[in-house]
Amino acid sequence: MPSNPAKLKIIWLQGITCNGNTHSFLNDPSLGRLLESVEFIHHPLLACTLNLSELVEHLPASDILIIEGSYKADFERAYRRMDSVLPALAAKAEHIVSLGSCASFGGIFKEADPERISGIVFDREKALGPLAEMMPKVITLSGCPVHPKWLTFVIDMIRAGKAISVDEFRRPKELYAYLVHNGCLRNEYFEWKVDSDRFGTKEGCLFYAQGCQAPFTHGSCNKILWNEVSSKTRSGTPCFGCTEPSFPKRELFSTKTYMSIPAEVPLGVPKRSYLALTGAAKSFHIKRLEERLIDDNA
Amino acid sequence: MARLSKEERKISIMTKALELFSTEGFYQTTMPSIAEKIGMSVGNLYNYFTSKEMLAKDLILYIANILGEEIRKINESPLSTKEKIDAIVHMYFKIAQERPETIEYFLRVYLSNREVFQNCCEGMICVSAFVTELMIFFEEGVRCGDLRDQDFFSAFGLFMGYLGGMVFLNGEKILPKSLESYELSISDNIYHALKSR
Ligand code: SF4
Repeated sequence: MPSNPAKLKIIWLQGITCNGNTHSFLNDPSLGRLLESVEFIHHPLLACTLNLSELVEHLPASDILIIEGSYKADFERAYRRMDSVLPALAAKAEHIVSLGSCASFGGIFKEADPERISGIVFDREKALGPLAEMMPKVITLSGCPVHPKWLTFVIDMIRAGKAISVDEFRRPKELYAYLVHNGCLRNEYFEWKVDSDRFGTKEGCLFYAQGCQAPFTHGSCNKILWNEVSSKTRSGTPCFGCTEPSFPKRELFSTKTYMSIPAEVPLGVPKRSYLALTGAAKSFHIKRLEERLIDDNA
Repeated sequence: MARLSKEERKISIMTKALELFSTEGFYQTTMPSIAEKIGMSVGNLYNYFTSKEMLAKDLILYIANILGEEIRKINESPLSTKEKIDAIVHMYFKIAQERPETIEYFLRVYLSNREVFQNCCEGMICVSAFVTELMIFFEEGVRCGDLRDQDFFSAFGLFMGYLGGMVFLNGEKILPKSLESYELSISDNIYHALKSR
């Protein structure tokens, strides 16, 4: 079948990965529409022009090179080392998308070999990855995994020829200027310091007792909902900060405290102000917030 | 003589009221007795404070701010955790000596008549300036590894309960020596009780 010249040519290459972003992408209900307008030169699961061996042999040019997974120089794909495949493909790509926290910052796989595994541009916070010099054409989509809509947003923007405004890690501000805390249904519980100490409750904030990282994690999980219906915090599981370079942290489901005071306070809020405000909020008991929302025994 | 602003006038009323409250107790002190002490009509006094409860609440806010401000200076200084404990003990006893009515009010009016404050000073709202600074002191002490991590109120009670108790004993004239002569041993005790092992 002749390729449609109007279609964006995309290469989706995997480094060290669990396939999470690939699978997340397949969950996009608008995938059908997207596939009509792009052509995958290579994709690990979807129909594509070149298989992996052909890809690493020809190293073709592309409109968008999507990298999923962490980088390690001697990690091999179809018997070729990443340090010979990745820079060559990247040099010939118009745009590069670093997809997921592993490709973006090293992510969970970096834990296996912290000295030698990194993201493609960033190694945690530092721009020390193999594509650091190509940073101007890289868009970072961190997340474990990335919401499929975040990727289709970037592809659509590129197709429309629009500039994408980015933050210091080259994450689109449209998606990452928010904190995951924004839009959580538990915000009122957060304000009045009513906590839940169990997973899955409808009531209570997960910040103090369950280590919710949302007040210092950038992402639009509570704006662009997962599977179009929910999010971790909405369903009663704490956010564990998967979009940040610091991911993965240890002891994810507990809040680090010093003398009962959270070690981290919401982003940009001075500690003194936070403590004064929470001290005041805790002084009141709001009966409505301490009750079950739906009480089966009532 | 320059006319006092309303705010300055309020502070001067509060200073006098503080003396009365801390010596006579909350219930013995009345709006007329306060007005008499200041040399002001009772009606005029109500222009400044709508009730005795409101005056009592403003007083606790005023004292908590004084103490909070002092501890904030200590928190923001480059002192070590042990030196900060010394400084807080010294500051607290100094205020207890120089302005005994402030600490007396705290102990004998605010803490002893909670029913008076429960509608306008829920929980720790009125003493937040002071408690917040102690939270910061403890948090930083644990963060830098000097103090042992534990429940805030266990540490708070040990520190402030101890100081309050000593000031109380001093006020009752039970202590054989002057308050400041206990400063060093008390801050040593507090440090040893709170430090990381
Ligand atoms: S559960 Fe997390 S995201 Fe929701 S309000 Fe609490 S801290 Fe914020």
